[in-house]
Amino acid sequence: MANKHVNAVIVGAGAGGGVVSKVLAEAGLSVVLLERGTWQTFDDHTDDELFSQRTTVLGNAYGPDDARYCRVCENPDGSTRIVLPSESGYNNVAACVGSGTLSYGAMAWRFMPQDFKMRSTYGCPEGSTLDDWPISYEDLEHCYERAEWEIGVAGDDSTNPFAAPRRKPRPMPAFPYNKEARVLIKAAERLKWHPFPIPMLRNSIPYGGRPQCIHMRSCVGFACPINAKCGTQNTVIPAALATGNCELRTNTVVSEVMIDERGHARGVRYFDSNDRLQEQTADLVVVSASATETARLLLNSKSKLFPNGAGNNNDWVGRNLQGHAYCGADGLMPEEIYEEAGPGACVAFSDFNHGNSGLRGGGMLCNEFIPLPYLYTGIRPPGAPRWGLAHKEFQRRNYKRTIRVKGPVQEMPVFESRVRIDPALKDHWGIPVVRLSGHRHPHDIEIAKFIVGKAEQLLRETGTSEVWTSVPGAGGPSGGQHQAGTCRMGNDPKTSVTNRYGQMHEIDNLFVADGSLNVTNGGFNPALTIMALGYWVGEYIAKEWKSGAHFHV
Amino acid sequence: MNKMDLDGKRGGVSRRTCLKLIATAAGGVAAGVGSAKFVGRLGRAPEGTWRVLTAGEASLVEAIAEQIIPADRDPGAREVGVIFFIDRQLDGPYRRFAAKYRAGLVCLAQTSQAVFSKPFESLAWGDQTKLLQMLESNKIPKDIWTKPSASEFFNLVRDHVMQGFYGSPRHGGNRNYASYKMLGLEYPRVIGQNRYG
Repeated sequence: MANKHVNAVIVGAGAGGGVVSKVLAEAGLSVVLLERGTWQTFDDHTDDELFSQRTTVLGNAYGPDDARYCRVCENPDGSTRIVLPSESGYNNVAACVGSGTLSYGAMAWRFMPQDFKMRSTYGCPEGSTLDDWPISYEDLEHCYERAEWEIGVAGDDSTNPFAAPRRKPRPMPAFPYNKEARVLIKAAERLKWHPFPIPMLRNSIPYGGRPQCIHMRSCVGFACPINAKCGTQNTVIPAALATGNCELRTNTVVSEVMIDERGHARGVRYFDSNDRLQEQTADLVVVSASATETARLLLNSKSKLFPNGAGNNNDWVGRNLQGHAYCGADGLMPEEIYEEAGPGACVAFSDFNHGNSGLRGGGMLCNEFIPLPYLYTGIRPPGAPRWGLAHKEFQRRNYKRTIRVKGPVQEMPVFESRVRIDPALKDHWGIPVVRLSGHRHPHDIEIAKFIVGKAEQLLRETGTSEVWTSVPGAGGPSGGQHQAGTCRMGNDPKTSVTNRYGQMHEIDNLFVADGSLNVTNGGFNPALTIMALGYWVGEYIAKEWKSGAHFHV
Repeated sequence: MNKMDLDGKRGGVSRRTCLKLIATAAGGVAAGVGSAKFVGRLGRAPEGTWRVLTAGEASLVEAIAEQIIPADRDPGAREVGVIFFIDRQLDGPYRRFAAKYRAGLVCLAQTSQAVFSKPFESLAWGDQTKLLQMLESNKIPKDIWTKPSASEFFNLVRDHVMQGFYGSPRHGGNRNYASYKMLGLEYPRVIGQNRYG
């Protein structure tokens, strides 16, 4: 039996799509929300380190699975290798209701005003497609505010002079500092830095009908056992379903956006939970499947008017894939500083996000999440013994004495870092898979070295001499869980994929609402910005709909 | 392979019986931690046999594992059952590494014969260490190791031993959370008392 025609079909129930489903359902549109994964809870995988979303050696706890998914990575020499979702080259994002927001570390960053104006602030370096966003921080501010209040954020900017301006405080007070944060704060104050609590999508007090955080050490990479972490799966998606206007279909894998003869989106084709091909027609389609999968879906949607993929006649879909040049320093303290109060990350410094002489942008620094015991076996100064009694001695002596200061450093977008479709390999459903290729911009390494120097300086200021650093390599492309940029928004159809509202330049009833839209990716974890973009795109669609533009074709 | 297929005895209790006892214990822990569904899916280990490794391969892997994480005042890889983790994963997500294990173990046995004229398990502790250091740095007789390379094989086994030692007991290693105890981490964590408010 054919599926009933609806107003909107949304592909992907993560940070972006979850938010859009609520905004559209509340505006009275009939919505079908398609999610390739399923509902997941803590009990499915508990606190199993080896089978989580952070350490994935035995698989991704919340998907995708190794049995049905794969990708192809192109090496710098042009050779290729097949990568599984549990392997790092895959650049995985969780496949479940809520996606990464179920299991993330839950940092709730707003980008800074400069992050939306990177080109006009710094100029574009050679070899990059650096540009300004077509929207400003001020445009997006009310969307950040909605995300903070409707999904739930704890935080306090009062000691951060670099914080972006806001109209309204966050709904929950900040989390207290732990022992290692207090050590770092003393050192930072001597350096005249400005420590402040990391904003978190986590309940510091009971909020949204869910309890206060119990500080699991296994937090990042895991679902919360008591639902104190705020994701789209326990906030906006249930709200969308409660309107009666939204139907969520899990275990559905979308293969194609159907484009008609006149170049309008007609709906999507997908495989249901029994691997049967189905069609869902709709007045409009929103793709929010992550920077790699959104690009893949558009590129796989070939039609008469768009032989190179939906909305891709200018060859910008899949380009400018970015992530973060994650880097920092590790230090061993003279005494134990470990505190059994997860997730551990709680203090941040925004002193180096911008204004770094001779450099473009920068990144936030913060103390890291608690590394679980296996992850810790990879945390070693250069040349340290990796096995034998010396290994064991290192674990015993230092596990509770290690402070890690790390940060996501803003990258320069590169046109050749991209998502393509592999010409040969197909997944379980016969859908051609993603092929990743490209490299980092040299500035990423330069700025990462600068930020690493700052992290090292802070750790040395605590008084310890046992400090070592890590700088990302030039190989690429970047991506990871912070993947972004592949369907850039912009005013010029020749150099972007969508307009400022996430609406495809060439197909007016096809929208993108995820990190793919990010022109640049800020020096911060991007989840809250993706949620804010969900509100931004959703509000535009709802407004147009109410004013009579029903995107009818 | 048959050269390595030995079933050693230790202290009157056969090795295999000993391992069976550990397997039962590990199963008990898994039942406490995971859901009933999970244990049901894993099922019991087949009686008296390994899932993938031969008895000889298992004893060789176990000897390497004990070198990678030796016992001292805290248990080593052997005592916490790292070998159960590895054998079980080679029948699961690490099926893709099984051929590499098999080939690497043959090369390791040959290297031991070539350098010390003895099987690896019979070497003195210090000679075992030396041999593994040779593998790690790829300083080995060239004609023995082609695929995998010695360091590739060593790193693979090293990673898996670390996982079996520090990962959740539900996968077969880290019996009774011995490594968590070693690091001074309470497990299971007592939650519900308002001690962090």
